[in-house]
Amino acid sequence: MTNSNTKVEGLRTTSRRGFLRATATAAGGLLVALYLDKHTTAQEGVKPSQIPPPPKKDYPPDAFVRVTPDNKVVIQVNRLEFGQGVHTALPLVLADELDADWSQVVSELAPAGDVYKDPLFGIQMVGGSGSIAHSFTQYRELGAKTRAMLVGAAAARWNVSPDRCRTAAGVVHGPAGQSLKYGELAADAARQPVPATVRLKEPSEFKLIGKGARRLDSRAKCDGSLKFGIDLDLPGMLVAVVARPPVWGAKVKSFDDSAARKVEGVREVFEIPVTRGGTGVAIVADRYWTAKRARDLLRVEWDDSKVERADSTRLFEQYRQLARTAGLSAAARGDAKAIERVAPADLLVAEYEFPYLSHSPMEPLNTTVRFDGDAAEVWAGSQFQTFDHMAVADVLGLKPDRVTFHTEMAGGGFGRRAVPDSHVQREAASIAKRFKGTPIKLVWPREDDVRGGYYRPMHVHRVEIGLGSDGLPHAWRHVVVGQSLLEGTPFAMMMKDGVDSSTVEGVNDTHYAVPNFSVTVHHPKVNVPVLWWRSVGHTHSAFVMETLIEELAARAKMEPLAYRRKLIRQEPETKKLLAAIDLLDEKTAAWRDRVPQGHAVGFAAHESFGTGVACAAEVSIRNGRPWIHRVTVAVDCGLAVNPLTVESQFQAGVSFGLSQLMAGGQITLKDGRVEQRNFDRYVPPYMPDAPVAVDVHIVPSAEAPTGCGEPPVPVISPAVVNALSKLTGKRYRTLPLVTV
Amino acid sequence: MAKYQLNVNGQSREVSADPSTPLLWVLREDLKMTGTKFGCGVSACGACTVHVAGVATRSCVVPIALLGERPVVTIEAMAQDPVGRAVQDAWVEKDVVQCGYCQSGQIMTAVALLRHTPRPTDANIDESLGGNLCRCATYVRIREAVHLAAQKLK
Repeated sequence: MTNSNTKVEGLRTTSRRGFLRATATAAGGLLVALYLDKHTTAQEGVKPSQIPPPPKKDYPPDAFVRVTPDNKVVIQVNRLEFGQGVHTALPLVLADELDADWSQVVSELAPAGDVYKDPLFGIQMVGGSGSIAHSFTQYRELGAKTRAMLVGAAAARWNVSPDRCRTAAGVVHGPAGQSLKYGELAADAARQPVPATVRLKEPSEFKLIGKGARRLDSRAKCDGSLKFGIDLDLPGMLVAVVARPPVWGAKVKSFDDSAARKVEGVREVFEIPVTRGGTGVAIVADRYWTAKRARDLLRVEWDDSKVERADSTRLFEQYRQLARTAGLSAAARGDAKAIERVAPADLLVAEYEFPYLSHSPMEPLNTTVRFDGDAAEVWAGSQFQTFDHMAVADVLGLKPDRVTFHTEMAGGGFGRRAVPDSHVQREAASIAKRFKGTPIKLVWPREDDVRGGYYRPMHVHRVEIGLGSDGLPHAWRHVVVGQSLLEGTPFAMMMKDGVDSSTVEGVNDTHYAVPNFSVTVHHPKVNVPVLWWRSVGHTHSAFVMETLIEELAARAKMEPLAYRRKLIRQEPETKKLLAAIDLLDEKTAAWRDRVPQGHAVGFAAHESFGTGVACAAEVSIRNGRPWIHRVTVAVDCGLAVNPLTVESQFQAGVSFGLSQLMAGGQITLKDGRVEQRNFDRYVPPYMPDAPVAVDVHIVPSAEAPTGCGEPPVPVISPAVVNALSKLTGKRYRTLPLVTV
Repeated sequence: MAKYQLNVNGQSREVSADPSTPLLWVLREDLKMTGTKFGCGVSACGACTVHVAGVATRSCVVPIALLGERPVVTIEAMAQDPVGRAVQDAWVEKDVVQCGYCQSGQIMTAVALLRHTPRPTDANIDESLGGNLCRCATYVRIREAVHLAAQKLK
């Protein structure tokens, strides 16, 4: 990753020759690489006027692809890998257009850099299931352009026209049977102009895309050799932990560190700013265990007199009251008063409650910073490199171009490493600032994360539905109460008329056709930091919508899938959801009506992030908990770039989705304090909670690919609960399920 | 601080550590063997699982002072172990990992299971691996991979 960083710097600041030299040094013996600096092409004897102006959003291939003399193709991935498979999928896309030999492809995570920003979002990030959706064409073009340059080099050497050459598996073949490996052409190819436009393959020409490739990082993750951010070990490195206030925004009144300082290996104890205007006490030591032990001996008196102490019980009471009043309009169709004219017998009123949820990725939060006075280096498993990079520069008083930011492999994230205020990186930088020249690794012990906030917000939904004589909803009034995720962040500009669409997504944009439809939202301000949690608003909105739809289907005595089909608008936007439902129908037809006594099948269908998903879950009850025998998922995600990853994301993603369903899946606050500490009381799904089998079916498609990271999550909880309702006759509107 | 003589992956290693230091942190910070992962520190997630005298053990709650002479085996030794290699191969073949952070612990637990139960049932697997948290929730494929490893070892 050091090499790639040199490259980005080199693009802007150094001459091509100097740059090549620097690269060779940094790469430790790598002699020639396919590097091309457009800004200095004149040095290669090409007049600037001969170079076509770069098209909009043109990415220099050399920042992304390096062909080495020994035929390795090293590809930079412009975003974090934390399980979703992008470290394999984006190189796969590039390698296909490049006609590379897949066994020679090496994937690296790119550092923070302008060139690695998401082409659509304009910042370097992972989110919104956009990794493939936004970078598919970008990586294809990079591959095709690099291929064209290699072909150009071969053609020049053979003195033939490039269009008489063809490529396959890392080799250029000439018209007279000549052949040269990519590695043999890399040096010449670097002198070829970057083509302004290239022809991309027709889907029928794909050799890798759509075929299913195993992950490139698998072996290193199975033999312990892969280094995550927390595994970083640098010469002279010290480790820090922080004692943070028990309520957000509280400050240190005084602290007694006499016992803590006596622990052998403790270097420094001092106050630092922490999130939400609070302060904390940092302990820096030679190792993690020393720092942790010293923190246990620290005595801190906190001043929480000026901060609100949130309390889940009181908040739910307030939220329930709010839900009985209209909020800000998020959708309005037809006659808003229609619901008031519905006869009581045709009226369904439902109230739902969802608690705070912690992401709790397996790898505890961490960041390493070394401050060198006029420069700094950062190592972080970051979903938001652009923000985190700027935050460190800000704390250290440096310009961002003086801060080198390495993207480290991360052990999960689910949104927790995409934090607009970069509070973890700010803490790390605040501590490192005191230790010039010494790398400081800040580690958040598990308890810090479970109690540290940045949760999926708690929500209350209140829904009133008026049914027509056809059994379909004719009037629908829906109020959602939940903290805004965007307010107070750089994304606040995305809010419209005070409405944060991430609170109501999946409701206000539902594919179900209801003539008189109104959605309003309240965004209470609460002293609990909140954050997107994998699939964001769809975690709760899909649960509400899909349990209600199945309830309405039962009331109308219609098949659940047929009822959905009847109610979904027939429009281009609903095509993918309908395709997923059709495929699910086909794939479950043989078994869904033949399950054993004591089992039931529930369904859910929901589109999120452009991907349509339908799900069936076969469930029984064991020891008061749902036991999930089988889950079938049908998905329309456009072209499935790596079907193996799509399958994997759905198989595991539905089990992740159970985080909010199973008992123990909640964060609660009492008088400002979080009541859970660790996985002993905040309990995510373990193997016995997960479905025994998940079969995934992909709708064949040649349309633009959409994401698969988040769309598995929303469907599972409603599908399981719909099955439970069939077994018990009860409705479940409060999550998690404490008892069935 | 006290000196301890450890047997890790068949090698004798001397470390100087506070007696309360968990084996996990001795492995990670003193011996620089970071394949064993820190997940919770309270024996609730299994990411830190190693074999102590052949038994799958949560290294985050074993103080180094209590380890004695019992040999420790970690993920770093699995590629050279026939059962360990079979499990790793099965994991790769089934493309189990996502973020991968918990998988050292999953694999160490699976190896211990297959040593005493060469043909595990789903119930055996649930019982043995049921305490190993995978936050990506790759459980379906973990189960398949354990069965595949058992077949490979026949």
